[in-house]
Amino acid sequence: MSIRNRYLAAIATLILSVMSSAPTAYARDELVIYSARNEQLIKPLFDAYTQATGTEIRFITDKEGPLMQRLKSEGPNSPADLIITVDAGNLWQAAQEDLLKPVQSKVLESNIPPHLRDSGNRWFGLSIRARTVVFNTRKVSAGELSTYEDLADPKWRGRLCLRTSNKVYNQSLVAMMIAELGETRTEQVVKGWVANLATDVFPDDTKMMEAIAAGQCDVGIGNTYYFGRLKEKDASLPIALFWPNQQGSGVHVNISGAGVTRFAKHEQAAIRFLEWLSSAQAQNLFADANLEYPVNPAVKAHPTVEGWGAFKQNLINVSKAGELQVQAVKLMDRVGYK
Amino acid sequence: MSTDLLDIRQITGHRLARKFSIWRLLSLLVATLVLVPIGVVLWSLLTPSSDIWEHLVVNVLPGVLNNTFWLVLGVGTGTALLGVSLAWLTGVCEFPGQRFFAWSLLLPLALPAYVMAFVAVGLLDFTGPVQTALRSWFGSVWFPPIRSRGGVILVMTLALYPYVYLIARNAFLTQGKRALEAAQSLGCSRRRAFFRVALPLARPWIVAGVALVIMETLADFGTVSVFNYDTFTTAIYKAWFSLFSLPAALQLASVLILIVFAAIVLEQQTRTRIRYTQTGRPSPQHDRIILQGWSRWAATLYCALILTVAFIIPVGQLLLWAAQVYAQDLDARYWGFLWHSLLLAGGTALTASAVALIIAYAGRRHRDIAMRATNRLATLGYALPGPVLAVGVYAPVAWFDNLIIDGTRHYLHIEIGQVLGGTLLVMLLAYLARFLAVGYNPIDSHMQRITTSVDDAAHIFGVRGFAMLRRVHLPMLKGGLLTAVTLVFVDVMKEMPITLMTRPFGWDTLAIRIFEMTAEGEWQRAALPAVALVLAGLIPILLLTRNGDH
Repeated sequence: MSIRNRYLAAIATLILSVMSSAPTAYARDELVIYSARNEQLIKPLFDAYTQATGTEIRFITDKEGPLMQRLKSEGPNSPADLIITVDAGNLWQAAQEDLLKPVQSKVLESNIPPHLRDSGNRWFGLSIRARTVVFNTRKVSAGELSTYEDLADPKWRGRLCLRTSNKVYNQSLVAMMIAELGETRTEQVVKGWVANLATDVFPDDTKMMEAIAAGQCDVGIGNTYYFGRLKEKDASLPIALFWPNQQGSGVHVNISGAGVTRFAKHEQAAIRFLEWLSSAQAQNLFADANLEYPVNPAVKAHPTVEGWGAFKQNLINVSKAGELQVQAVKLMDRVGYK
Repeated sequence: MSTDLLDIRQITGHRLARKFSIWRLLSLLVATLVLVPIGVVLWSLLTPSSDIWEHLVVNVLPGVLNNTFWLVLGVGTGTALLGVSLAWLTGVCEFPGQRFFAWSLLLPLALPAYVMAFVAVGLLDFTGPVQTALRSWFGSVWFPPIRSRGGVILVMTLALYPYVYLIARNAFLTQGKRALEAAQSLGCSRRRAFFRVALPLARPWIVAGVALVIMETLADFGTVSVFNYDTFTTAIYKAWFSLFSLPAALQLASVLILIVFAAIVLEQQTRTRIRYTQTGRPSPQHDRIILQGWSRWAATLYCALILTVAFIIPVGQLLLWAAQVYAQDLDARYWGFLWHSLLLAGGTALTASAVALIIAYAGRRHRDIAMRATNRLATLGYALPGPVLAVGVYAPVAWFDNLIIDGTRHYLHIEIGQVLGGTLLVMLLAYLARFLAVGYNPIDSHMQRITTSVDDAAHIFGVRGFAMLRRVHLPMLKGGLLTAVTLVFVDVMKEMPITLMTRPFGWDTLAIRIFEMTAEGEWQRAALPAVALVLAGLIPILLLTRNGDH
């Protein structure tokens, strides 16, 4: 063998060894999960499940868009069994693109309220994320607050803070408003919000709530767990939550949820895992890690979360958030909500 | 005598062109690999335009085009001014601290722009410590808003100037003093000599550096989103993630890279007939311009100021934040993250530089349009937003895998898993497609310092092919190669979207840790992996300054 051939052989061996280290998706008792819920919030659950059942879980985290695109490119040969997201809109879109498989499970149907799962059983909510009103307790009294729509009233001029419309949480909120109020009325409301802004929109909820606490503005709209996180760090911050629309349809809720992929190689294992996630023992682990609300009505939320009081939630199916997302985004672009 | 020489050159040149077409082949092979993902993106131009285009054109594009124009102009000018001035001072002049600043001004390279962005906003926004302190002292005060066009330009300039600095410094170091002395002996003042001689002689380097900065600026999403400053790339994200239209996103991305391509070609056209070969020996330390009087200390102060705002303050803030969370977050897994980051960055840095060397050398052998176009296309990936390029890589990989899997199932009745998908090979390819420009630009500009008569002379002495590259060019390219390796290394360390999409199971890196934290707005917890990332990024920078300095 000449030196050159030996080089070639070495390179070929190297390539083969790299390839053989590629994951083989066909071992028994394992699950492959694509997750847009980030690692520190989801890994503890994987670990707990592996410990309880012996099922090995391999996972990749990324944003929803690339994960879905990955699933789509891989097609029937995808190793993924389950996809987890942190909003309903993307699950709706995954179902729309035929990436998810309908699941018949009495356990899931009884553990998860109907408005928090797909009517076609292709995806299921696993925790509730409530998007509500946050206000500065030194500058606003709860009595002045009423609804999301009211924040468009001129009395809030120069007093409102919002997060960017690029974030899916706001897109879902506006989509649900369109479902309820119609496009014309929603457009007026969003236009009113923009007119009331105290400062440029914020890149995230935390920054926005800090601005409310610091008095840059008086009131805003955010997810409760960001509020919980801030308060945990500094209980003296002068901010509080308000539950809007309690006389009407209730607080806007979104979900973090999951669906079994169309070509799942471990379909039954994936369903068993989903059922476990919706069960009483896992629900607290799932929701409490991020101070979210359990979807299972039989499970109590974290004491901190309970402390924020009970509220009426909007019962329109969260799939509307996906269905009307494009319309919502266009609406926000039109009125200049950045 | 001179005609004889000319004849030899023509003859050897002609023979070289014929004989070493292996370079053309190699270059084409590499370019094809890199061009596949870019091709996937460009392919979208042939698909029917989606119905959201009308919305984008009316409500989104006017704003983002305006924003992008000012951002590119601001950051391009800013980094050129900072990078060239600092490179000139530390490369050619002598003043107190010059040797220290020569390497320490590279440090911001290790700090990702998106990290510098969240530090700057954290410090200087209404709720940050600076404004809070000012309010408690003076009541309500006006403070220039950091979340503004000026703010984002400032931060990106400070984060990206090292690209220009590093590459331009190479130019000044290799320029030799002779041209400058000639100009001065002809009556040019020192200032005039700088603008008329030194600067024009460094043009390919400065352009190469600024081009990298502009491409990085165009592709950036992380930094501008901290400022909520919507750019063309934000619109691409919007089309894909918010309006659920990947085709429209790819079409937008195609427009972006075509514009970049046109700009690069135009710039090259204006200097095709100019040669930038070296006429003297590089300036040794004792040959420097010794600054006198107040300008000595002004230079020191200037360098110190930039180092402070671009590195010391942000890293100090990161350390403070990291100190608050390390007890809770730091664990043994960080060794794994660090190892993965270093391995991926190191592997890609070496591969990309080697590939860049090959195509740059091929470009030197064959100075025709086809060759130049191939090289330019192959280095366009740097202007593409990461996730878009990741899709471009993943689609053909998955297609290939499906072909193999279905094939073995059908013919051999064996079930196999993914062959390429989720392997390091794919990651390497994706990184290569993205970062080839970062390796190519410094090497190619360096190659222009070597006169073709060197090649001819070597050829006459019977040195040819790979031996020519290894024995003649490589030693002369050392500076450019080291720059290329360092830049690619640090860039891969900082990269997020491609790493996210193509990594094998369990292959989390430090940048992925930052992503996991920032995805839910936990910026302060992201400080810990960010500090680790900066520390790891210092390794190649220190190696570079040890080996590369004259």
